[in-house]
Formats: sequence, structure tokens, C-alpha cells
Amino acid sequence: MKRLGLQTVALLSAPHIIETASIVGKKEGEGPLASYFDFILEDEYWGEKSFEKTESKIAKENMAKVLQKAKKAPGDMNYVLAGDLLNQCISSCYAIRDSEIPFIGLYGACSTMVESMAVGSMLVDGGFADNVLALTSSHFCSAERQFRFPLELGNQRPPTAQWTVTGSGAAIISNEQKGPKITNVTIGKIVDMGIKDANNMGAAMAPAAADTIYAHLNETGREPNYYDLIVTGDLGYIGGDILKDLLYKQNINIKNRYNDCGILIFDKQKQDTHAGGSGCGCCGSVFAGYLYSKLKSGEYNRILLVATGALMSPTAIQQGESIAGIAHAISIEN
Amino acid sequence: MNQQFTKDEYSKFVDKKSPNSHLAKDMAWAFIVGGIICTIGQGIMNFFTARGLPKETVSSITSILLILIAVILTALDLYDSIGKRAGAGSVVPITGFANSIASPAIEYKTEGYVMGLGAKMFTVAGPVLVYGISASIVVGFIYFLMH
Repeated sequence: MKRLGLQTVALLSAPHIIETASIVGKKEGEGPLASYFDFILEDEYWGEKSFEKTESKIAKENMAKVLQKAKKAPGDMNYVLAGDLLNQCISSCYAIRDSEIPFIGLYGACSTMVESMAVGSMLVDGGFADNVLALTSSHFCSAERQFRFPLELGNQRPPTAQWTVTGSGAAIISNEQKGPKITNVTIGKIVDMGIKDANNMGAAMAPAAADTIYAHLNETGREPNYYDLIVTGDLGYIGGDILKDLLYKQNINIKNRYNDCGILIFDKQKQDTHAGGSGCGCCGSVFAGYLYSKLKSGEYNRILLVATGALMSPTAIQQGESIAGIAHAISIEN
Repeated sequence: MNQQFTKDEYSKFVDKKSPNSHLAKDMAWAFIVGGIICTIGQGIMNFFTARGLPKETVSSITSILLILIAVILTALDLYDSIGKRAGAGSVVPITGFANSIASPAIEYKTEGYVMGLGAKMFTVAGPVLVYGISASIVVGFIYFLMH
């Protein structure tokens, strides 16, 4: 049986993540995970004329990097699954434009890395593909101008605000027997608890993460201690704290094996990033850089990667809509 | 998962979990930086008054110089660093208004001089202009009726 419940499937052939690659911005390269990334930008433009073009270049170069590391040609990929935060997912579209790989565009806000790996691994497990490439990106400056204010505006960020990561994560999922395996996929439902404050995304997404983790454990019949690490995408300090409490009230204790990519990527004290990192590139680069290397070294053998997304737009927020949260989870095991 | 909270309860729970801004520190910064900006303005005013310029000219020169300083600091990527700490201290004075026009002008230049810079220059300052001018018309009308 592949279907374990309403949200969770088991991938019986357990597709492998054969290679990953990550590129991050200068600030991320000054953070605690610097040594795990493949490439660190020297400035926010990387020789391009706009931040959108830079973001697209980051995704494009990262795709080239993961192919090169895996010693694969673009033609070996049956699909590329990609998405980002910008309107109409332009960074991904332009990054993939010249690749000639069949493209499936995805939008799950900051949950896109896991969303693309989840769909990609199901394609491989279903026998529809031998190799797929999952890709996401985000850029602090392009996200700021789309979602918030011009960069040079002298406004104050509240302590609950998160910092969009400049970076990209890429992974190749394959039926080759090499590297960590994706064994289960839990696709999240939209959970909206009525949070309207776009400066407190962690709080808006935490109930969705709790819902997905609860469903995953319930449908697989696992306890949290099955995993060495349960890691969310970008709930940050506040959202992560709320998540632990929400699950604890359901008698699920993840406190001793929980972390968050948005907490891992920056040094909160030194880097002035308030509630932590966010953006598609946060979970993307932390997984592709840090977590994948910890899986390969055997420091972690089983992780549950839960990427969270805030499904909203500035227009919707201005019209009084609340922020709909989503979280997708994949189990990755050695 | 059964939701343990109604939306109202969750909102209260989130408020409890979310740290507040450091009010005393923020206010101190706003007071000091806002005070420094106003002192610079007063200094410019005193300088030109002492040179015998008429009061109205002095007011105009002071505003223009403060705007110039703010726009230069914005272009040098410094005003946002001041604003990050000072908050209202650097937003409320005329320098903040200048920054709110200069910053989108820099930002949206990538979409061209017409639809980018030209159209988006007032995205932040626009509401201030619309309601500021509207309010002054109303007040002016009341003043006219009273005299």
C-alpha cells in the first residue's frame, strides 16, 4: 500500500537524493552554516542589473552546479520542478528557460523546496521519471521590494519580522541507489488561524506545521523519536516556539529533536535578523547545504523535513485577508 | 489535528509568544536622533537669520538643505541604517519625507524612468501628500470662515 492516510504516502521504491547544491548570499555566507554552502555571493547583484535577474541567475547557476556535482547532463533530467516567491515564479522560469528540461512550476511560498522534492520523489517512485531536479530560490532584495518597502527606506523592523534568505537549493532525486532516500511524503492542508500580521509569518505558519507533523506521525504510526531531527523550513524563533507548544498540547513532544532552518542559517545576535530566516532559499539552501551533508556523514540518519509557507500577497493583506499557512513534510532516511 | 484554539484564542496566544519592541530603547533613540535632526535644522536657520535673510527665505532654505542632506544620505545607503534604530525619530522630520521619496526612486529605476521611477516614486509618500494636502485645505477653509 502506497497510501497511508489522507495526507501521507509511502514511497515503496524509496527514491534517492543523489546530489544537492546550494548557493547563498553574502549575509548567509557570514552565518554559522557558511562552510556547508557550495558558493557564496560577494554582493547582492552578482553582476546583474536587477535583483530579480540576480535571483534567477542564482537558481540557474545552482541548477548547473548540482548537475555538475552529480555528473549528469540536463538531458538526463526528466523533469525540473521549481518555484520561488516572485510573482508568476519568474526567477524559476527564467532560470530554466534555456535548459530544455520539461518544467513543472510550483508555488508553495517558502514551502516550495519540500513541495518540489515531494512531487519529484512521487514521480520517480511512480515510475514516471528516472531523474528529477528540484529547485528553489529567493533573494532578500527582490522579496523586500515585492512584499514590503524599498530597501533604502528608513523604517524599523519589528522583533517578530523574519529575514528573507538570499539563496537557492537544488536536489536531484533519482532511482539510482545512492545517497539518502525519501521514504514518505506528507502533503499539507491549508491551515489559516486568522493571523493578519505579515511581520509575524512564523506565527501564521506554525499551526500548518503542527497539523502536518501530527498527520504524518499519525498516518505513519511513528513517534517523534523515530527521527533524529524534525526540522521546519522557516518558522523562525517565534513560530518554532509556538509549534512546539501546539504539538505538546496534543501530547507530542518534539522539543529535544526539533530545529528550524530559519534559526540555523543566521546568528541572531550578530546578524540582526530578528525572528530568523525565511524564504524559499532558506529551507532550500539549509537542506541542500547543511542537512544533506549531515545525512551523508551519518550524523543524522532519519530526518523529517517540514517546509512551511505563508500563502499570501500584499494585495490580499491590504484587502484584510488573513495569511493562509501550509506545510509539506518528507522523511529522509539513510 | 483538532484545532485547540479558536482564531481569537490563537491570536491572544501569539501575542503572548511574540516579543514586543523595546519601547524605552526605541523612544530614547527616536528622541535623540529626532532631536539631532531638529537641532541641525535650527542651526541652519540661525546661520542664515544671522546673515540677515528674511524669515520666510530662511524657512525655505532650511527645508531645502535638510531634504538635500536626507537624499544624499539615502543615496549613500546610510539613511536606512539611521532609521532602523531611530524609527519615528528619523521618519517624522522632513528628512524622513525626503527619504520616502528618494528610496523608491532608487529602487524602481530598474523598471525604467517612466513606469518605474516616475510612477512608483510616490508609493510611500503618496498617502502623506494626499491626506496632508486634503487636511490643509479643510483647515484653510475653516480659517477662512473664522476671519
